[in-house]
Amino acid sequence: MSTMKYIDEFRDGEIAKALATKIRAEAQPDRRYHFMEFCGGHTHALSRYGVPALLPDNVQMVHGPGCPVCVLPIGRTDQAIGLALDHGAIVCTYGDTMRVPASGSLSMQRAKARGADIRMVYSPADALKIARANPSREVVFFAIGFETTTPPTALVIRQAAKENLPNFSVLCCHVLTPSAITHILESPEVKQWGTVPLDGFVGPAHVSILIGSAPYEGFARDYRQPVVIAGFEPLDVMQAILMLIRQVNEGRHEVENEFTRAVNRDGNLAAQKLVAEVFELRESFEWRGLGEVAHSALRIRPAFAQWDAEQRFDLAYRPVPDHKQCDCGAILRGVKRPADCKLFATVCTPENPMGSCMVSSEGACAAHYSYGRWKDIAIVAA
Amino acid sequence: MCLALPARVAALLPDEMATVDLGGVRKDISIALTPEAQVGDYVIVHVGHAIGLLDTEEAERTLALFAELNASQEAPAP
Amino acid sequence: MAIKKDYLRPIDFKTGRIDMNHGAGGRAAAQLIEELFARAFENPALRESNDGAVLPAPPPGHRLVMATDAHVISPLFFPGGDIGCLSVHGTVNDVAMMGAQPLYLAASFILEEGYPLADLKRLVDSMAAAAREAGVAIVTGDTKVVEQGKGDGVFISTTGVGWLPPGRRIAGDQARPGDVVLVSGTIGEHGVAVLSLRESLEFETAITSDTAALNGLTATMLAAVPEGSVRVLRDPTRGGLATTLNEITRQSGVGITLDEAAIPVLPQVEAACELLGLDPLYVANEGKLVAICAPEVADTLLATMREHPNGHAAARIGVVTEDPHRFVQMTTRFGGRRVVDWLSGEQLPRIC
Repeated sequence: MSTMKYIDEFRDGEIAKALATKIRAEAQPDRRYHFMEFCGGHTHALSRYGVPALLPDNVQMVHGPGCPVCVLPIGRTDQAIGLALDHGAIVCTYGDTMRVPASGSLSMQRAKARGADIRMVYSPADALKIARANPSREVVFFAIGFETTTPPTALVIRQAAKENLPNFSVLCCHVLTPSAITHILESPEVKQWGTVPLDGFVGPAHVSILIGSAPYEGFARDYRQPVVIAGFEPLDVMQAILMLIRQVNEGRHEVENEFTRAVNRDGNLAAQKLVAEVFELRESFEWRGLGEVAHSALRIRPAFAQWDAEQRFDLAYRPVPDHKQCDCGAILRGVKRPADCKLFATVCTPENPMGSCMVSSEGACAAHYSYGRWKDIAIVAA
Repeated sequence: MCLALPARVAALLPDEMATVDLGGVRKDISIALTPEAQVGDYVIVHVGHAIGLLDTEEAERTLALFAELNASQEAPAP
Repeated sequence: MAIKKDYLRPIDFKTGRIDMNHGAGGRAAAQLIEELFARAFENPALRESNDGAVLPAPPPGHRLVMATDAHVISPLFFPGGDIGCLSVHGTVNDVAMMGAQPLYLAASFILEEGYPLADLKRLVDSMAAAAREAGVAIVTGDTKVVEQGKGDGVFISTTGVGWLPPGRRIAGDQARPGDVVLVSGTIGEHGVAVLSLRESLEFETAITSDTAALNGLTATMLAAVPEGSVRVLRDPTRGGLATTLNEITRQSGVGITLDEAAIPVLPQVEAACELLGLDPLYVANEGKLVAICAPEVADTLLATMREHPNGHAAARIGVVTEDPHRFVQMTTRFGGRRVVDWLSGEQLPRIC
């Protein structure tokens, strides 16, 4: 019925059954396997295709912090809203951020209702177009995302500089994957227990296209953690899980690449060069749910200061803490489950998210709320 | 990361742009990050940009592995 | 010397625009109504130009069904339709989903100062054609004009009235465990067609809105099976198929299990949704219906639908189950299981 090449073939239900059988056969019944899928896209694939239902009970997926909306701290959304409401700028953003609750009962969407000129864009290039079309207005692009999304932002900054565009700037909140993984592997619980409650990682698909498989070799080596980089489709994820199970069974801890059709060891060098030209490392950056993480985020280089919204508008960063009883941090690090949090599904729901794990549909709590709770009930077919 | 799809380059356009085709839907995107892309190549598209090329030989190899796995499985799963 | 007819200069539909006079109730307003609306919607009640329309009473035992819809869609013209025909189809369908025969519509227009009369004429002609095709008459209406900047060109509100035969109850609370869930055709086209025009999401596609009046289809369906065997009819507009099914499970206190492979979606709609990060299950339709029926009539009903032009791609997509939690669940094409939950608010294109 569908005709999307190199997509449909990786969603084949027959092969899924075969993979499920193999996984069941190779997962040793007397042990548990906890794998973290780092990337929000993988969380989405798991829930959209109902993959957990195909896995044996002793293979559990733990949802990681690889969702840039989930880990975006409230203080940053406040900055974006402030640019629109207080400075009268046109703020361009991806659709994902529109409903994230910020301070003062606001969200980007609610701020829009109050008169903020906030516009949803599909690509950073659209923000540039808006700047060119509105020369008398300040236009700011709210740049979020991991390494996949960073090069497009770099492109528009470089282009703005080339055109010497006087009314365009970027609020840069780009974050880095390897730092987040390190943070998980060095969490307080790990130091306390002397061991990581995870048996391996499903590595992000598209981040890896950009950064290559090399950056993960440190984790495999120093933390003895198996890593399998998986493609975005459900068959890719299942195959990666099988490969992880094999590594665990055989006592290996290596970086393996399931997504060979798009990922190699070096990544997209042209894109990396571009990113290095425009951005530099921040010493520290607050991640919602994880606190301050060293060398985990990017800021715009001084050479491009004119297009850096933080410089241009002299923005101060004000951290805003989450609810005291919010367990997002522990959930993001894989040491607690959504149902362990007192706020889950009582005060904290997808309509009224209290913390990062509920904020986007890929957060651990949102995912569990939407597709996990049915597993507890018995359905009687008439 | 997320939401990136393989699409076929249908036409090259000026200013490092290209028209891609996904299942019959066409969109103009930037190939500034994959300047080597040619008509007929498959690129991975994210936020209006091609972020990498799809190695179609590798794709076929992966699919062949899956097919082999499928064939080697015996009677229905438990 | 003959007196010139009416001493009125005909409205300039080519270059003219709506101005505040058209809503003021004076000569300009009357002229607009006569030369545009009445001429297009041509029927005895409207010709009488009274404040209201006198309608015949329904036959003995029949009850009245009334439904209303406001239309604020933007853009006003989209592939496959416009706000005019949409406003007719929407209300006709709401009445038809009750199992009633729609007969009379009222139409209110809120027009923005400056809106081109040429475009307004296109919309009104489109409405007239849609009403004729559906067999309904637009018997009364109203026009107001708002200052430039206070509208979106045109807002249309329609209210429809129809007759419901005695003893018939087709409603959201009628689904029972064991019933079969049918859909009249492919889903997601209207939402994708409209989205394809939104600035910054532009993509080229041959997808057109499926906007259509479904009263012919529902009448045919209801005539083909015993009274009472069609439990629920609903058109999955905003929020798509998933929202409609969740509404029904909530009202009826049941669950539904869907078979993803059976849900018909055009390949281009699938591709467009992939590109934008949308799920077709949540995308609006304007010319489709969901029917829940007793299991013993499912085959007949499906065959009947497929023979009708508005139901040629009809499919059986699921069953109603006993479920105190009222979940809509789905067996995915992939062989897994998932819940098809309520959406929180509007579905927005995502990067992630």
